[in-house]
Amino acid sequence: MRAANGAADDAAAKRAETAVEAVGVTKVFGQGEERVVALDNVSIAIGENEFFTLLGPSGCGKTTLLRLIAGFDHSTEGRILLHGNDISALPPFKRPVNTVFQNYALFPHMTVAGNIGFGLEMLGKPRPEIDARVDEMLRLVRMGELKNRETSQISGGQQQRVALARALAPAPEVLLLDEPLSALDLKLRKEMQIELKRLQHETGITFIFVTHDQEEALTMSDRVAVMNAGRVLQVGAPRDIYDRPAERFVANFIGDTNFLQAELLAPAKGRPRVKLPSGKTVGASLPDGINAARGDTVSIVVRPEHAEVVAKPSSGLLSGSLGNIVYFGTDTHYHVNLDTGGSFTVRMQNLRGSESGFAVGDKVGIAFKPDAVQALRD
Amino acid sequence: MAIAGTQRTSLAATGQNAAEVAAEAERRDIRSRWLLSTPALVIITLAAVGPLLIVAIYSFLTPGDYGNVVWRFNTEGWVGVVLQKDIFSDQWQWVDAHLSIFWRSVKLSILTTLTTVLVGVPTAYFIATRPGRWRDVWLFLITIPFWTNLLIRTYAILDLLRTEGPVNTTLVRLGIVDKPLQLMFTDFAIGFGMTYVYLPLMVLPIYASIEKLDFRLVEAGYDLYANRWNMFWRIILPLVKPGIIAGSILVFIPSLGAYVTPRVLGGGKNMMLGNLIDLQFGQGRNWPLGSALSITLMVIVMIALLYYVRVASAERRNYG
Repeated sequence: MRAANGAADDAAAKRAETAVEAVGVTKVFGQGEERVVALDNVSIAIGENEFFTLLGPSGCGKTTLLRLIAGFDHSTEGRILLHGNDISALPPFKRPVNTVFQNYALFPHMTVAGNIGFGLEMLGKPRPEIDARVDEMLRLVRMGELKNRETSQISGGQQQRVALARALAPAPEVLLLDEPLSALDLKLRKEMQIELKRLQHETGITFIFVTHDQEEALTMSDRVAVMNAGRVLQVGAPRDIYDRPAERFVANFIGDTNFLQAELLAPAKGRPRVKLPSGKTVGASLPDGINAARGDTVSIVVRPEHAEVVAKPSSGLLSGSLGNIVYFGTDTHYHVNLDTGGSFTVRMQNLRGSESGFAVGDKVGIAFKPDAVQALRD
Repeated sequence: MAIAGTQRTSLAATGQNAAEVAAEAERRDIRSRWLLSTPALVIITLAAVGPLLIVAIYSFLTPGDYGNVVWRFNTEGWVGVVLQKDIFSDQWQWVDAHLSIFWRSVKLSILTTLTTVLVGVPTAYFIATRPGRWRDVWLFLITIPFWTNLLIRTYAILDLLRTEGPVNTTLVRLGIVDKPLQLMFTDFAIGFGMTYVYLPLMVLPIYASIEKLDFRLVEAGYDLYANRWNMFWRIILPLVKPGIIAGSILVFIPSLGAYVTPRVLGGGKNMMLGNLIDLQFGQGRNWPLGSALSITLMVIVMIALLYYVRVASAERRNYG
């Protein structure tokens, strides 16, 4: 346990060094009526050796940001820094950054080995060095036996590995991955998620990963930036993002959430408190930069698994009647119609031999686990 | 067939009877297939195989005094393609005129193909990379020359290249040359004219292949440190090669048999194969020689096509 912590500290220290930084980046496409602001004053710092994920729905600007870092597009305003140097004006072939494309974009007129060696060849490396590196990459992605195949003769998962090997072969300072797993089926996707983590660990290269799949982002990343409508809403470790969403969009986009309105009260013992619609008060975490003052109404979120259904309505923080009970195997979802209006979902783990004994229509209370309430900025 | 037969057998009630039914069905199948292809076969026979056969037969007959042929077997037509008897010494010798015409035809056709590739690739690339609406406008402009008669367009070229024409006037005025160049009635004029005439046939197939090009591959190339030069030679050119090959065939074959362009721009002096063949059926009054020359031209074209098929099938193997 201590050793693991030590390693984590090491990684954190390394991360302190910034690999890629976007400073006030704005990207506008088109003009006049067709004008679209794809990125709106985005500033973000991505640490060395970090597995960093840009997460958001389609059209949120995550791929645009990736393309600006790769050099395929140029920002309307702002700068892109790589290890502190401004690379905004450099064409893609002068940036020590490589990309794994969404549909792999393997060269159809070259073999697997030809594809992987292409970057090194363009860098003018001698043939023996290229050959050795190609073999090394093929071993790294476990594709040695397919070296001389045409790229059209290999499966989607294999193409994915070749695309990875091709992008890693020139040993880029940063690897950009544009939804690389979206074309794979579920089983293969899970496999490649683990594979990607392994590759990042083995190569020690900074990965910037673009996805719209929240689960993928949570399981793989060191840090996640949640984006929407051209803005970065929140940056943090997956746990922070999940447990402490700062905005409604983030809370909604990642995981299931219960939204409630509450009144902000004066802190008690240094801890902010809110008054729930039921009139009861509970401690809450406030996000940075919240501009609500005492007495204001704020939105709060409670994750379904951070709450509990209790038999006595008065012993819970909220009360209501059970509207629906859905059994999921590992857990059961209880949909409670609150007495104050609205509904609230509670997810409780199923333990062997512990029948809850609740029935639809029962009057119940909802208790929160410690530190379950998160206030939102909006 | 065998498989289909077995299936039918297994579906029918009794073995012996079923086999007969299957055989009958198969016969009917074959008969209807032949009947359906009859129109195509008739057209091919009337329009291609028949005329070709006549040409082949004529090439082995004796020339008549006033054109036409005399129905007597004679191989002189074929010998005459490359050999002739010296009038004085009765010695067989090469027909230099024919050989130089062969050479000019092949040379000018290859040159035309090369120049159309050189002009066609950038043109097609330019068009294919325009926004959608403009692409259609440019393609439309490319096809406009097809609306005008070839002869008129060729005479227009002639007018451009005249001694007092705009090209020469400009050159003299700019001080590049002292006196007007002899541009008309040269191989240059023929090559220039054929390049102009056949350029659309090169641009269109190349455009089709560039339009199909996945530009993410271009991005991938740039991402992997390919500069613009390497990008063109290592990524774009190999991917649009099928279009270039198709365009080359479309340009090279009609170039070999070109008639109007060399006739007008070569001034009857710088003949190509098409003009030589025409001469034998006209003033030359040597139909067997003309027929033999026609078949020679066809053989050259077929060699070029076979080469194309070989390259194309190798290409298909590469792309799977």
